[in-house]
Order: sequence, then structure tokens, then C-alpha cells
Amino acid sequence: MSPIISVSNLTKSYASGFTALKGIDLDINRGEIFALLGPNGAGKTTMISIICGIANATSGKVMVDGHDIARDYRAARSLIGLVPQELHTDAFESVWATVSFSRGLFGKPKNPALIEKILKDLSLWDKKDNKIITLSGGMKRRVMIAKALSHEPQILFLDEPTAGVDVELRKGMWEVVRTLRAAGVTVILTTHYIEEAEEMADRIGVINKGEIILIEEKTKLMEQLGKKQLKLYLQGKVTEIPASLAHYNLELAADGHQLIYSYDTKSERTGITSLLGDLRESGIRFSDLDTTQSSLEDIFVSLVRK
Amino acid sequence: MNFRAVRAIYLFEMARTWRTVLQSIVSPVISTSLYFVVFGAAIGSRITSIEGVSYGTFIVPGLVMLSVLTQSISNASFGIYFPKFTGTIYELLSAPVSYVEVVLGYVGAAATKSILLGLIILATAGLFVPLHILHPWWMLTFLVLTAVTFSLFGFIIGIWADGFEKLQAIPLLVVTPLTFLGGSFYSVSMLPSGWRTVTLLNPVVYLISGFRWSFYEISDVSVGWSIGVTCMFLVICMFVVWWIFKTGYKLKN
Repeated sequence: MSPIISVSNLTKSYASGFTALKGIDLDINRGEIFALLGPNGAGKTTMISIICGIANATSGKVMVDGHDIARDYRAARSLIGLVPQELHTDAFESVWATVSFSRGLFGKPKNPALIEKILKDLSLWDKKDNKIITLSGGMKRRVMIAKALSHEPQILFLDEPTAGVDVELRKGMWEVVRTLRAAGVTVILTTHYIEEAEEMADRIGVINKGEIILIEEKTKLMEQLGKKQLKLYLQGKVTEIPASLAHYNLELAADGHQLIYSYDTKSERTGITSLLGDLRESGIRFSDLDTTQSSLEDIFVSLVRK
Repeated sequence: MNFRAVRAIYLFEMARTWRTVLQSIVSPVISTSLYFVVFGAAIGSRITSIEGVSYGTFIVPGLVMLSVLTQSISNASFGIYFPKFTGTIYELLSAPVSYVEVVLGYVGAAATKSILLGLIILATAGLFVPLHILHPWWMLTFLVLTAVTFSLFGFIIGIWADGFEKLQAIPLLVVTPLTFLGGSFYSVSMLPSGWRTVTLLNPVVYLISGFRWSFYEISDVSVGWSIGVTCMFLVICMFVVWWIFKTGYKLKN
């Protein structure tokens, strides 16, 4: 299946000489949830702005469902809903008016039933007649999502959708995104909450300093880079790893009160059984143990630090 | 053509007018009434008549134009500046609309407002002095042409301005002086000949003169010139707007 968004060799430089994007190539598959991770200033928002028509590219090409975003901007843009990072809202309009305005702006005929459904799904229905200025930050964020959904987009860009949103609301928003995906909408989200990408995404891209440094299926990514650690809480203090245990990948932590063993979950033998045997032989006792899998966050941090 | 978008922008902007009806309509009407009291009654009583028209009646077209000009500029400049200021412009830029549609929506709404306002002021003037309009259709033509042209001009200022000072600067420093010196309150023929020539460089003279002609058939310059200069300014504004959207000047980085 052809990608719904195809970005090729996209660059963006400013008059100041700063280059925000250095030849980005990226394909977004139809119907997937794609998470774009990257530190602040990596170029996430710049790329989204270009695809959506808010900024001009310096060079390169973007196709949205076969439509060139520059030449055939009408067809391209009518497929896209955008929820920007900043809370840009009208102050004195009612929720209902501003969401209906968005639908009209995108050239769609009035559909009060649909707007009602969107507002209900986003728990905004009882606020529909309120002026936006009276709403909390989390509600304003949802108003912006409602505006983006009002014109039934095939592609939804969520730029840091859950920044400054409390945990419960965040879960609610994930639910909305899942429903959209089930309805066939492609979702591209940028986020700082790696937990969010881990929870939601089908594929993950990492962007740093204007370059895509990784694109991978989330599950594969977790497998490939996923290491597991066994942490042993020792009964006594150990100053040095005994020579008999030197061939294990061991580390001392917590001032000699913890022993950390790193292993690969994919290898045939994890070596845990023999390690525990050898430990007993060398007289090291432990009171507790736990295992942890390295999270996407660890992977991300290690990638960006490189 | 995305007519639904034009309609959405237009109605959205008009809704803003009704919300701020006090400052949009009432305050210009009050200030115009004050002009009548001060210029028409207090000073005008000492001026007998100009070209056969009483002074109070003579200033009516000038006063209407004064309000239409300033209100067109402020409506349109504020209309497009505000989304830039609050950031909601993102939606306009990401929507499947062409610049023609954006301009139709914003400039159409701004011009509608100032045309309505011009008519309200005209009606208010009718309470102070007897009015007779010899060429009502020409009067409307000049009113619409001026409202549209200066709404476009305001739209340009709104895009160019990156702060409230700039938004105010052009109307305050350029347009108001030009309007006051444009023959709102006097006939150009009352000036010494040297100043008369200088005055003819002021485009507002042509607007007011043409508009006044449609009322009383008295004018400082010929009607043809009036229409010509107004249309020329309209074309210049259209060209600048076209260029703004083509290059994304101050809209897209």
C-alpha cells in the first residue's frame, strides 16, 4: 500500500543560517499511529508546519495521499487535521461557534450532529456555549482537537497533544486516538512523554538536530534495543566482584549493596540460573531481586546522546 | 472556489462586530455627532455657505468618508492582526483556502461593516442638517469602492504589523492627517494656490471630492479623476495582497 504521506529530501533553513531540517525522508503508512520523538528544537514542529502549510520548505517534496502540498494544496490540506502544540484559541467565541467555524473553513457542509458527537467524545458537550477564555488549559487543548476533527480529516497531526494535561485526561485522549485509528485515520503525534509513544504508536521515528536518526516498528525497536536487567539486593556489602563471577556482565550499585546483571532476552540462554548458582558458591547472599526491561525512554536517551 | 470557507470567515468576522457593537458602531456615531456640533453648529454658523451649500450640509460627505476610511482600515487590520497575535492564524494557513478566499472573507466583512457604518452616520447627519443626494447610485458606488479599497489597505497593514504600535501607526500618522487635509471640512478652492497644488497629491482629496459631487454636484477635482485615483489605489492594494500571499510575507516563515 502506498504511504499516505511521503516526505522526500525536505530541508528548511532560515535567513539566520540555522538549518532546522537537513534532508528529511519519511513515509507515513496509511492508518498507522506514528510517534515522532525528539528533544526540543529537533525539528518536529517545523516538519509538521511544512506538511500542513504553515511554513514554506526551503527544498524537498511532500506528497499527501498523492497530492503535492504546494501544487495541489487544496486536496492535500483538506485531508489533514492539525492540533498545534501551543494553545492558540479565540478568546470570546463559544466552543460550538469555533468548532463549527473550523468545519466551514475546510469547506465542509454544516453537520451539527457530527459536531455534537465530537464534543461529547471529548467531554466538551456541557461547555459548548461557554466562551473559550473561561476554559481550563486541558479543555482548550480538547477544543483544538475538536476543531481539527470537525472536518473529518484522514490524517491527524497531534503536536504534543498531552503536554500539560493531567493523567486522567491523557488516558481519555489516548482513547480518542485509538477510536480514530480504528476508524482508519492516520495519526502522527509528537511527544515528550515516551510512555505515550510506547503505549500508542505502531511505529516510532526519532528526529534529532534536523535529521531522522531512526524509524522502526515499535515492537521491533523494543526487541532490538531491549535489554533486561536483573537487580539483586544484597544482604551484605560487597566491595568487589569476585573473580569467579568476572565473566558475567555484572555491575555493583548502591555502594555495594546491589548487584546488577544485564542480559539479552532474545539470546537462547539468559545465564540467570548459572549466575544464581555461582553466587551461592561464592557466598554472596541476597534478600530480594527484581528484573526491569529497558524502556523506550532509555533507548531514546541513548540514541540522542550519541 | 471554497465558498463555505469564505462564508465561515465572513460570518465569524461579522459575529465579532455584533459582539463589539458598542465600539464598532456606537463610538464612531458619537464622534461624528461631536464633529457636527463643533464644526457644523459652532464654527459653521459663522461660515455662510460654500458654493451655495450651507457649511453644515457641506461637511456631511467628508465626515462620512472620514469614518468609512478610518473604520475600514481599523476593522480590516485588526481582523487579520488578531489571529496573528493569538496564533489562531495557524488554522487559516493550514486550511484548504486560497488567498482570494481569505481576502474575500476578511475584507468583505470589514467593508460591510464600514458601509453599514457610513449609512448610519449619514442617517445621523440627517438629524442635524437637511440632506439631499443628487446621485444616490454614484454615492453608493463611491462608498463601496472606498470601503473595499481601504479595507484592503487595512488588511495589508494588519499583516505587516507585528505589534500594536505598528497597527496604530499608519492610521494615526498617515491616514488621519491625509483625511483631515483631504477637504473633509473645507473646499480645496478655499486654500492659497500653492497649497492647492500640494493638496492635489493627497489621494483622499479625490475620494472626498467625488463623494461630495454625488451629493451636491460640487467637486474640487473632476469625477473621472476621483474614480480613476480610487481605482488605481484599489489595484495597488490588490497587487500588494497578491504579493503577500505569493511570498508568504509575515505569514509563513
